[in-house]
Amino acid sequence: MMTRVFALLFGLLVLPGLGQAEQVVAALSQSRISITANFDGSEILIFGAVKRDQPTPQDDPLDVIITVAGPEKVETIRRKDRRFGIWINVEAQVIGHTPTFYTVTSTRELADILPPLTDSLWKITADKRILPGMRGLPAREALIRLRKADDLYRTREGAVTLSEDTLFQTSITLPSNIVEGGYTTRIFLLRGGEVIDSYSTTINVQKVGIERWLYSLAYQHALIYGVMALAIAGLFGWGASAAFRILRR
Amino acid sequence: MQIFLPIAEVSVNAFTLLGIGGIVGVLSGMFGVGGGFLITPLLFFVGIPPAVAVATSANQIVASSVSGVLAHFKRKTVDLKMGFVLLGGGLVGSAIGIQIFNMLKAMGQVDLLVTLCYVVFLGIIGFLMLIESIRAIKRARGRPGGRPERKKHLWVHNLPLKMKFRASGLYISAIPPIAVGVMVGMLGAVMGVGGGFIMVPAMIYLLGMPTKVVIGTSLFQIIFTAGFTTLLHAYTNHTVDVLLAFLLLVGGVIGAQIGTQIGLKMKAEQLRILLALLVLAVCLKLGFDLLLPPKELYSLGT
Repeated sequence: MMTRVFALLFGLLVLPGLGQAEQVVAALSQSRISITANFDGSEILIFGAVKRDQPTPQDDPLDVIITVAGPEKVETIRRKDRRFGIWINVEAQVIGHTPTFYTVTSTRELADILPPLTDSLWKITADKRILPGMRGLPAREALIRLRKADDLYRTREGAVTLSEDTLFQTSITLPSNIVEGGYTTRIFLLRGGEVIDSYSTTINVQKVGIERWLYSLAYQHALIYGVMALAIAGLFGWGASAAFRILRR
Repeated sequence: MQIFLPIAEVSVNAFTLLGIGGIVGVLSGMFGVGGGFLITPLLFFVGIPPAVAVATSANQIVASSVSGVLAHFKRKTVDLKMGFVLLGGGLVGSAIGIQIFNMLKAMGQVDLLVTLCYVVFLGIIGFLMLIESIRAIKRARGRPGGRPERKKHLWVHNLPLKMKFRASGLYISAIPPIAVGVMVGMLGAVMGVGGGFIMVPAMIYLLGMPTKVVIGTSLFQIIFTAGFTTLLHAYTNHTVDVLLAFLLLVGGVIGAQIGTQIGLKMKAEQLRILLALLVLAVCLKLGFDLLLPPKELYSLGT
């Protein structure tokens, strides 16, 4: 609540002075991604320009930070411990809504361009974005560690290229074990540790074709799907034995 | 070539899956086992979620059993009556097994249950097979052609509900076959295996069936138990991946033919020692994973 009030205050006090001076105009190479049978991850190109109605300010350098957050999901996290000499799950904890994918890309090292206060305000880095209220709890740290290990949470400093203080671009690789849903993309323009403009859009990721068909059949008409699976297996088994009988002759 | 599996929701190399199907096919052709006990752990290793691996293996077993049982029908080596009695028990067992599976899944212990089942059963079977085949080799060296054993009548055969099983030449109580069916059905549902590797020894040693009808009858009843298990998994858990099953099948069918050819060129005792060692290797690998402290204590998801 307090942070929201602060954000509002910041907006009122800071933005009228600087805000309209520089604005983000951005585009994505794709706004929807289809998961087909041969889907193996996908690369999206994010590019844009800084629009100005005043000459470029000379005081602080301009920086761009781009974040992409996958659909949110409630997760169960389990801890193993040694019982009777073997390692088994002993404790389960349900962890609230966290994005299944989160990446932060920037023009330079985040430590140099993003002061902690601005970071908390806009929830930019994974540490501020992912359950900041639970910081220090082992389950939350484990969740972030596991997602980082699976390359689902990433930080790529310096991967955004900015030319002439005007044009910027980067590419984001979405993994192959992607979750369906909306991927929120945010672009921040920073100068002197303050966010001077931001832009947000959504990329839609969806299964299509046979993937979509099989998935919805399996969930909505589970019995038909099961019978179909059996029919395929039965036919295949019969076909195989018949085919090899002919071959052997 | 990567392929995205719609239910498992992971992208896996199609040739890896064909290869797994192929390897298991070769082994099943060589040794005459269904190979479910190898497919499930191999799918774990390539990153398929355990629940999907178990359910999809059951589907794949249906296909390989159909293919196998047709050959046995031609040779008239299927005891249909015994098959139906075993099946009665098997269906009850599957239903119980699925309940246990779902209960433990909710508790987060399904991996443990599946792994423990594997370690215990593979350990026992592998060990027994190894001893048996080493003895057989020693016997063969000592004097060729051992004395044929007489048919034993165990006390369990004298329980009530006696039935005549013509093709097996048996007149025994229906209770032991039903019990064997229940047991194997339960294991099948939990482990994603047909249970042939437990069923076959049980039929020979416990029920006293003649060896020539054992494999056909076991395959016959496995089709239905595995089919029922597939249906239940698909209906209650939505974990059967048709695309995954299909790729495993294609590899498996081709592999089985190669395996049969290799099997014809090797001696039965050597084959059994190899199978025993393989079973023990899988068992040890899974067992060590339970005993060694894991690198990461936390895990996400089901």
